[in-house]
Parts: sequence; structure tokens; C-alpha cells
Amino acid sequence: MAIDGENRAAKAPADVASGAAAIIQVPTESWFRTPAATRVGVILLIVLFWEFGARIYNDPDFMAPATQSLVSLFEIVQDVEVLTAIYDMFWQLAVAFAMSLVAGLMLGMAVGISRPTYRTFFPIILMVYAFPQITVLPLLVLMFGIGPAIKVVFGFTHGFFPIIVNVIAGAQNINPALLTAAKSMGASRSQIYRRIVFPHLVPSLFTGMRLGMTATLLGIILAELYATRKGIGYFTSFYAESFEPHNLFALVTMIATAAIILNELLRRAETRFGRWRG
Amino acid sequence: MKDRKIRIRLIQVSIFAVIFVAWFIATETESVSNLFLPKLGDVARDFWDLIGSGDAWSPLSVTLFELAVAFFNAVVFGTSIGYLVSRSKFMMRTFEPMFSSMFAVPLIIFYPLALLFFGLGPGSKIAIGSALGFFPVVLNTINGFGHVDAGYMRVARAMGAEGFPLFRRVLLPAALPIILTGYRIGFILCFLSIVGGETIGSFSGLGHQIVYYAESMLTSMMFAYIIFIVIIAYILNSLVFYMERKGNYY
Repeated sequence: MAIDGENRAAKAPADVASGAAAIIQVPTESWFRTPAATRVGVILLIVLFWEFGARIYNDPDFMAPATQSLVSLFEIVQDVEVLTAIYDMFWQLAVAFAMSLVAGLMLGMAVGISRPTYRTFFPIILMVYAFPQITVLPLLVLMFGIGPAIKVVFGFTHGFFPIIVNVIAGAQNINPALLTAAKSMGASRSQIYRRIVFPHLVPSLFTGMRLGMTATLLGIILAELYATRKGIGYFTSFYAESFEPHNLFALVTMIATAAIILNELLRRAETRFGRWRG
Repeated sequence: MKDRKIRIRLIQVSIFAVIFVAWFIATETESVSNLFLPKLGDVARDFWDLIGSGDAWSPLSVTLFELAVAFFNAVVFGTSIGYLVSRSKFMMRTFEPMFSSMFAVPLIIFYPLALLFFGLGPGSKIAIGSALGFFPVVLNTINGFGHVDAGYMRVARAMGAEGFPLFRRVLLPAALPIILTGYRIGFILCFLSIVGGETIGSFSGLGHQIVYYAESMLTSMMFAYIIFIVIIAYILNSLVFYMERKGNYY
């Protein structure tokens, strides 16, 4: 007790002092010392390095500085073919992602809801998930041609697995007592799905959606790089092969930025909808 | 209990049996063109040829060489950068979101760039493999070293552990499982991106073989190579799983 009192007594003036110090320190602890600001600084540094590195390296066939790439970005989006390619990629992404989401959610709930189906099918799903899909891409091209179909299909096969695996994992985490209670109180099957299974799935579903979105985009880009005659992947290869690095950098940076924004949106949704459980 | 286990195995086996029987019937009756789906017998024969003749070893060695170099790069850079970042809360809060959102970018989009810089040889695959493998390694290293229980650290410090002994006895054992998981995921991504790179543009390696046989319409040989790659992938996966377990045990 005595020690405690002494401590408090000794501490009190120190607190006042540090409080004063904190007030004085506010300017030095200001906006540019926050992680977000440092991040912006690091990105700026990378862009500067890119800009001056390219200027010093000075080989217009292989490197283009950042400013020149930015100018090219406005030039290439005026090219109707590139614009169509960007537009096409986003609707293919939307279709493939919607397909993966619906199929992953439906099958995932069907498999995850009961112990026997889980133990039967989950190992098989994991096994197929581990399969290097790129190896069958040439075969899929033989089947689906080099049009939009192959991109949607390959996007779907990539996006489907992260979603179904996460949905199954989420469904398995539902407390069985809740299901038993609902059943014993006479809830119908659709009520159980709507009121218990689905709300519990939401957090892991959003994790699956985020990973699935990235994977879908990966699948589409892989298909485009391997074999298409109009897509973004085609244009990146084309710009590389025709030694137009400024266009290449512009296009690649744009796709990367779009991927980061999509991921960030889904991550926000993930934290937002995962919150209800506390 | 045992009954149920057997029933589950039975269902699993029968799923595969149905697929193979369907494949067999569809190809033998020629209701599916052999160009898309070769006969099972042909695939088995070509696979046997592939192993027997030793044709697969040279592309395999190219792929494994690329994999080894790329994974080495990913581990060295990922672990050291991850460790440095994990040393301060501020650095973690700055760089972790940055790395994880970069990880969401399908980095294969940079492959044409890698081809431009490093050519069609192993260089471009090593570059893309290192870049893809780097992110899981660095993220898990940050996570592993960054979230060591503060209680452990305080107790160890109170007992006078500092510098290397502190690292060796407290930090490392606590972080190792997470880091090893990062290595495993990084290794798998390295392998996938290297085979992917070989498929998109190269003149050697396993991915290239598949494209070569697909484009010459020798689908049964292509299937033989797909099976070969799947077996290699399975062996590599089991190997890293084993290493991970072994490392954790230590």
C-alpha cells in the first residue's frame, strides 16, 4: 500500500510533465510520421527511382521513365482496341467471378453443412485445388478456342476454389448447438439456412471472395497472356515484343492499380461484415 | 466409427472410378474427339515412354534449377526484409499493408516485362518466380517475428537475455512455425509461376513441353506430361510439408 501511494505521488508530477511534453510534441508527432504518410513517401521514392533510373539507363527500347509512361497511359486509352480490351476484361472478370461465387457458395454450403459430406468431399476439393491448373491451359484452349470463353472458364476455375474452401471452412465453424436448437424449435430447412448458416458464413465468405477475386483476375490474365488476340494480356505481350516499354509500363501499372483497388474494397467489406460477431 | 470411415473412402474412390470409366467409354466409342481427350491406353503408353526414354529429365532439370534459384532469392530477400520490418511497430504498420496489397496483384502481368529484360531463357522465370515467392515469405516473416508474445520477451529480458541468445532462444522458436508456413506457400507459388512462365513463353522446361505437344496436336503425350508435372508437384508438396513439420518439431 505504502509503496503504491509513494509511486502515485512520485508519478503525479511526472504525468504533468509528460502531459506538457505531449502537448509540445504534437507538431513533431504530426501527419508525416504516420504509417500512411510513410507509405506514400516510400511509393514516391519508388516512382522517383523508376523515373531517374530509366533516364540514367537511357535505353528507350527497354525502359521508360514514369512521366513518359503516364503520358502514354492517356494515349493508349484513346486507342479503341485497348479500351475495348480493358472493358472486356472487366466484364469477363465480373462474369467469371459471379459464376465462382454462386457455384462456390452453393456447393460449399452443401458440402460444409454436414460432417459426412465434409469428410467425403473436402479432401477431394483440396486435392484438385492443389493441382497446377496452368498445365491444362493448352488443353482448355483446344476446347474453348481463343475467344472470351477461355478467359471466363479459366477465371472461373481459378476463382472457384478459394471461395468454396473458405465457405466450407466457415460452415464447419458453425456451433452445432445452434443448429440443433433451431431444429428442435421447429425451424424449417430454409429458415436454418437463412437465419443461421448464412449469417455465420459471411465473414469467411468475404475472405473467400477477396482471395477468389485475385485468383479470377490471375486466371483471366494467364489465359490472355497464353492465347488471345485482343485482350490486355495480348497488348502487354505486344508492347513488350514491339519495344514500346512506355505503353507496357502504363498498361501494367494500370492493371496492378485496379487489382489493388478491388482487393482493398473487398478487404474493407470483409472487416465491415465480419464485425457483427465481435 | 470404422464403418463410416470405410464408407467415406468408398465414395471417394468411386467418384474417381466414375470419372475414369466415363473417360474410357467416351474415348473408346469416339464420342469425344481424341484430339481433346486421348485414349487412356495411349496416355499410359506415352507416359511409360516419357519415363523410360528419359526425355523428361532435361526439361525437369531446367524447371528445378529455375525453382531452386527463385526460391533461394525469395527466402533470402523475404526473410531479411521481413525481419528488419518486424523490428519496429511503426515499420510494420507502414509496410505490412503495402506488401499485402501488392500480394493481391496478379504479378504474372509483369511477365512480358520480365521477358523483355531477361529474355526467353531461365532468367525471366527466375525473376517472376522470385517476385511471386517473395510476398508470402516476407508477410509471414513479419507476422512471425512481429507478433511474438510480449510476455516471453519481457521474461527473457528480465532474466538477462540479450542480443543473439534472445533471438536464438525466444524470438526464433516463437516465430519459426509461421515463417515455415510462409516458405511452404512461397515455394508452391514459385513452382506455379515458373511452370506458368514456361507455358506462356520459353524454349525449355516442363511448361514448354506441354505447349509444344498441345500445339503439335499430340494430346496423349501432352496428358503424359501433365501427369508427370502433377506427380512432381505432389512430390515437391509432400517434401515441403515434411520439412515444415520437421522444422516445427525442432
